[in-house]
Amino acid sequence: MDNNKSQTRREFLGGSLISALMLSSCDQKPHAFMTDEPILPSGDLVKLLSVDGEIIEVDRAFLKPVPDITPVTNEEARIGIEGKKFVMVIDLSRCKNLKKCQQACNHVHHVHPSQNWIKVYSMQEAEHTAPYWQPTTCMHCDEPPCVKVCPVDATFKRKDGIVLIDSNRCVGCRFCMAACPYSTRVFNWEEPDIPLEIAQQAYNCETSTPQKKGTVGKCDFCPDAVRKGELPHCVSSCPNGVFFFGDLVEDSVTNGSETVRFSELIKDKAGYRLMEDLGTKPSVYYLPPVSRNFPYESGLENQAPANSHSH
Amino acid sequence: MNVVTVSKTEQIIKDIQPRPFGKVGKIWLGFLIAICIVGSYAYYCQLRDGLVVTAMGDYVSWGIYISNFVFFVAISLVGSLITAIFRLANIHWSTPITRIAEIIAVSAIFFASLIIIVDMGRPERLYNLFLHPRLQSPIIWDVVVIGTYFIISLLLLYLPLLPDIKILLKQSKEMPGWMRKFYSWLGSFWTGSKVQKQINNHSIKILSIMIIPVAFCIHTVTSWLFATTYRPGWDSTNFGAYFVSGAFLVGAGGVVTAMYVFRQMYQLSDYITDKHFDRMGKAVVLLAFLYLYFNVNEYLVPAFKMKKPEEIHLTELFSGHFAPMFWFAIIVGMLLPIAILITKSGRKPMMVFIAGIMVVVGAWFKRYLIVTPTLLHPFLPMQDVPDKFRTYFPSWHEWAIAFGSLAGALLVITLFARIFPVIPIYETIIGEDENEEHLI
Repeated sequence: MDNNKSQTRREFLGGSLISALMLSSCDQKPHAFMTDEPILPSGDLVKLLSVDGEIIEVDRAFLKPVPDITPVTNEEARIGIEGKKFVMVIDLSRCKNLKKCQQACNHVHHVHPSQNWIKVYSMQEAEHTAPYWQPTTCMHCDEPPCVKVCPVDATFKRKDGIVLIDSNRCVGCRFCMAACPYSTRVFNWEEPDIPLEIAQQAYNCETSTPQKKGTVGKCDFCPDAVRKGELPHCVSSCPNGVFFFGDLVEDSVTNGSETVRFSELIKDKAGYRLMEDLGTKPSVYYLPPVSRNFPYESGLENQAPANSHSH
Repeated sequence: MNVVTVSKTEQIIKDIQPRPFGKVGKIWLGFLIAICIVGSYAYYCQLRDGLVVTAMGDYVSWGIYISNFVFFVAISLVGSLITAIFRLANIHWSTPITRIAEIIAVSAIFFASLIIIVDMGRPERLYNLFLHPRLQSPIIWDVVVIGTYFIISLLLLYLPLLPDIKILLKQSKEMPGWMRKFYSWLGSFWTGSKVQKQINNHSIKILSIMIIPVAFCIHTVTSWLFATTYRPGWDSTNFGAYFVSGAFLVGAGGVVTAMYVFRQMYQLSDYITDKHFDRMGKAVVLLAFLYLYFNVNEYLVPAFKMKKPEEIHLTELFSGHFAPMFWFAIIVGMLLPIAILITKSGRKPMMVFIAGIMVVVGAWFKRYLIVTPTLLHPFLPMQDVPDKFRTYFPSWHEWAIAFGSLAGALLVITLFARIFPVIPIYETIIGEDENEEHLI
């Protein structure tokens, strides 16, 4: 009887796995392990924890590597992740211009060489004030000037606060670049220099890849990673824990090793946003560069020679 | 028409009817076509390789394509000034120059649309503007008003042509066959009956009223492409009026230039008289003062405060990298034309022509100064970008395309003048008629 029960479960699981695959692979290339051959039970049972918290036994033959969560369609990508409001906190007291964030970001998104979605600015407000390093991502504004001016709805604001670009729709007018006060957007002036197998993929709004000639690109808060419960690549690549990412609804942000209450962090360390007076309402908060982990000078070696700090 | 003696009517037709190109005309035509071909080749390169052939970068993401676009939109406003505002103000002396103004308007607005497509990274996706339009975007407003303006201008060019087409079909003996065919295709339905004339006059009147708000819209909306952003130099409530006044100035400058050229080339001094240059000269002075006034507002007020983001921008214009061009645009584009045209002796045709050229050239550089320097002064410093993005000087592709479009606009005007009378024949005859009635 026990055997019978597991048999039915097995059939159920196998069937649902296949149907899920078939659904998800509608407009995708078929996955390598998808086969028409019936799967024969090997008789070797493995104990697993089901999603309901029940312990179940599954024949080893049915265990297959789970593919990456299939990317959402560009229509779903426009809606966003329900019930979330993503925020980032950048702690300026921890940044020493290592640019690991930038390297990871450029690598993952195949950003065209010499262009950057993340920039690390050498800032100095006035002559007698202290210089500091300021990484910038897209601010994912709640009143995004770029979205306001886009004539074709190619750049859009999602329910979870993320601002993305549909490169399949962008007409390349570059009004968004003129409108963005944070100079966060870059343009693909030429055919992006990316590996052929990536370039041939269908464009996905959540991965922002592959970038296309004649369209605009920018930081996307890595919603594909976030959907999988992972952190954006700048956050996970920073060895100094500069970037905190999280959800305003849950009031929690993490840099991978520390998880803190967003509201407390902002309150305790007097967090602020860039160019508040413009009314763009960014989703990126900054913690002031006080009680620093590194002196400003330690970041100079990583600075490109032509970059001088601003006054 | 009946009152005027037949011989006088015939004389007018003979004077004004389009004529084949002379030697100078042919050289001019070849020159324009050559520039257009070079421009087209440059655009082919751009389509093949992307906008990388331009000198634009992530900071200066709009360059001379956009300033050229603004220039075209600006100069096209003259159609509404001369045909509509003057007409509604009951100014009759402008009748002989209405067609010149209108063909400049149509040609300029057409090339404004073309150059904006040239600027697009993905011109083949133009249909997205109609498939997924977002009404919040000033670009969509521009598409709507420029489309409307183009159609109204085209009608204001076409409707007054109808009686002329009939007159020329009937009277002209030396008209070549292809032209006769074209004329018949355009206006053979026109019988010149009382009802048709009434409808036509009525339509022209309605369009003349309609085109004024639309003209204000096209250039105000064009100014909003800049003024709706936060950037120093663009973030100004003065921009709409500043652009519209500048547009009327460059348009008037364009018209006096064209008036002189047509008068010389087609021996039209009986129709485009010294009086016309005198009056248009006065109009240019008035408009130059008006534009100067808005310039003072635009630069003096922020310069008084020198807010941090504005400071670099204004210093670069007044005494920095852009200073020579800035003062050139102010002095050659406004002050010198005022100085020349403010005296009666300065309003001789030749001088008006020179002042007109100064206005137009100054205005072209002014548009460049409105677009580019602002983009070189972003809020956050220019860091972590390739060196070539920190400066901007147009590439040969951009120059070729920009000059190609200017040559294209002149080509359209030149060809128009080959095919159609540049002075409205019918209205001139009627005008004579009215004058005679006055005398009686």
